[in-house]
Amino acid sequence: MSQTHASGDNAVRAGSGSFRTYTLGFVLSLVLTVIPFALVMTGALPSGATLWCLYAAAVIQIVVHLHYFLHLDRSSGMDWNMLSLLFTFFIMFLFIGGSLWIMYSLHSRM
Amino acid sequence: MTTNTATMTGPVGHGADHDAPGLHALGFWLYLMTDLIVFSGLFSTYVVLAPNTASGPSARELFHLPEVFFETMLLLTSSVVFGYASLAFAAGKKGVGLAGLVLTFLLGLGFIHMELGEFHRLLLAGAGPDRSGFLSAFFTLVGTHGAHVAVGLLWLAVMMGQIVTKGLTVPVRSRLARLGMFWHFLDIIWIGLFTVVYLRGVMS
Repeated sequence: MSQTHASGDNAVRAGSGSFRTYTLGFVLSLVLTVIPFALVMTGALPSGATLWCLYAAAVIQIVVHLHYFLHLDRSSGMDWNMLSLLFTFFIMFLFIGGSLWIMYSLHSRM
Repeated sequence: MTTNTATMTGPVGHGADHDAPGLHALGFWLYLMTDLIVFSGLFSTYVVLAPNTASGPSARELFHLPEVFFETMLLLTSSVVFGYASLAFAAGKKGVGLAGLVLTFLLGLGFIHMELGEFHRLLLAGAGPDRSGFLSAFFTLVGTHGAHVAVGLLWLAVMMGQIVTKGLTVPVRSRLARLGMFWHFLDIIWIGLFTVVYLRGVMS
């Protein structure tokens, strides 16, 4: 009985997407990849604006991947996944932000 | 919510094995989080060292964006094909799922092939990891991602073998779900890579 429960659980995990959601995730990712490449390759916008668009497209695409491919959502089954991800983001913020802050002037000091 | 049950009952005792897939998935997720921190370190190192070209070639001279775009497409397509394959397995269509895994494998192999081609081109141009701080950081960051993809390919091959020999048993499905998490995770790292290393590099 537990055995069937486990396989059912697993089927739910593997199948928590559908053909439609995977395809939607793929199309969104495609658009969010083409936009930054096109902006950089054509130089359509000034470089400051292009940089902001690059970062915005990357962040949105990461959210798209987390949602449509890794099925991360706010359901209770994903509590620990979400909590550990947010904690990791906090560590990354300290790690990357702190490194850049401290090492920012490295080039000019060498 | 089934995962929650697994997390609650998992550690309690002897019945733990039966709810293992959900608990294993969470454990593997925690490993991915630590891997994310490894990549944070490599990303910070790269961003700090990127301007230090030591009068050597710069990102703008070395990187070919059409090549990078094609690599991105290979990895993205492989990610969604893996998703389709896992849907097929969930629906019990073993043949379709296996075909999807073969296609995922080939797309991943194409990605590795292109990346090694790029490394080869840089080395021939005298832009190896020993040329400058920028290139050391570049090869370390991109190479670490590439090594992960190569391990993913090995894992894919092993899983195809297990599906053929053992069938879609509960442990095999559980491993397949974790391989999926790993493969999608690598595609997320690549988003950071093509944005920070390649696109931003060509702009500077």
